[in-house]
Amino acid sequence: MFMVIAGGGKVGLNLARELLEKGHELSLIEQWRQRYIRLERELEHVAQYGDATELWVLERAGVARADMVIAVTGDDEDNILICQVAKQKYGVERIIARCNNPRNLEHFKLLGIEPAVSATDLILNLIEHSLPGHGLVRLLDLSGDQLEIIEVEVHAGAPADGKRVAEVELPEGSRVISLLPRDACGFVPKDSSLIRAGDEVLVILDPGLEDAVMSQFTVDRRANV
Amino acid sequence: MFVLVLGAGRVGERVARFAMAQGHTVSVLDEDPLALDRLDAGVEDGWESAGGRFAVGTALEAAALEAAGIAEADLFIASTNGDNTNIVMAQVAKERYGVEKVLCRVADPARAEWYESQGLNVICGTRIAISLFENELRA
Repeated sequence: MFMVIAGGGKVGLNLARELLEKGHELSLIEQWRQRYIRLERELEHVAQYGDATELWVLERAGVARADMVIAVTGDDEDNILICQVAKQKYGVERIIARCNNPRNLEHFKLLGIEPAVSATDLILNLIEHSLPGHGLVRLLDLSGDQLEIIEVEVHAGAPADGKRVAEVELPEGSRVISLLPRDACGFVPKDSSLIRAGDEVLVILDPGLEDAVMSQFTVDRRANV
Repeated sequence: MFVLVLGAGRVGERVARFAMAQGHTVSVLDEDPLALDRLDAGVEDGWESAGGRFAVGTALEAAALEAAGIAEADLFIASTNGDNTNIVMAQVAKERYGVEKVLCRVADPARAEWYESQGLNVICGTRIAISLFENELRA
């Protein structure tokens, strides 16, 4: 695949190294002269000097024939603009944007910039995951494909507590894909597997069904989030 | 009319003051608290006592926009010195908050032209300067 990466900081450079090793063709755009010179020494013609939000810089980097544009600069507005222009002006089919401030994530979504990846959010999810009595943890969000995977701890007295997997009244468009009992390894459950309070369940679902799913496994969601 | 001005630099400051002189309610959002001093300097008794509003914050954070009153805005003017900030915020004002009229300052003529074709109301100072120079050259 041919990919254009905007931003040659830690994220951009390490991505470029890995992708080159996998045999992909790349352009890596960096606007700071000093950093560009260092990149050019290592990556030679792959490194391109310029502001990736300038249309001619993107064009020179080959955006028009790119299979994918990855915007990983340290500036959220720049990442939004780069992806928007790539998609709408140059018809690039796949984009990935880095979201530096998770509070900006909603604006990436609003403007159709998806997937947007926020390292802060990923770490926050992991922290929540390690807290006892956590509520819902979003493990994977494939909003482009209208799917997500969440993890939830089963509360004592919840509708699903003591039921078999097949008996839980989950909404259409959701399914339990894994059971993680408190004292044992996780497994892919059968219809007859028993769900008990304290277990964690992984559920795959269509976005928007979170509340309906949660109501089966928890007693009062707010008390635990 | 309620006017929200994003960015009180050389352009925004003047535009905000002009809007106030025209009798509009004006709110200014800037990431630099010093921008208020700049607004004060041109107004007797100061910007806020003359009825102007001022909020500090980064535009892309919804909380800052809302504190500046974007929900009530009839006109949104994106006048920071960052093209990308202006272009992104103009779209957010339009699409998320449904602001009726949105004006967007863009310095780069190439980006100005593209976003104009996408329906954004763009004001490109660079383009104006270029055409003035061209007129002089023709003369």
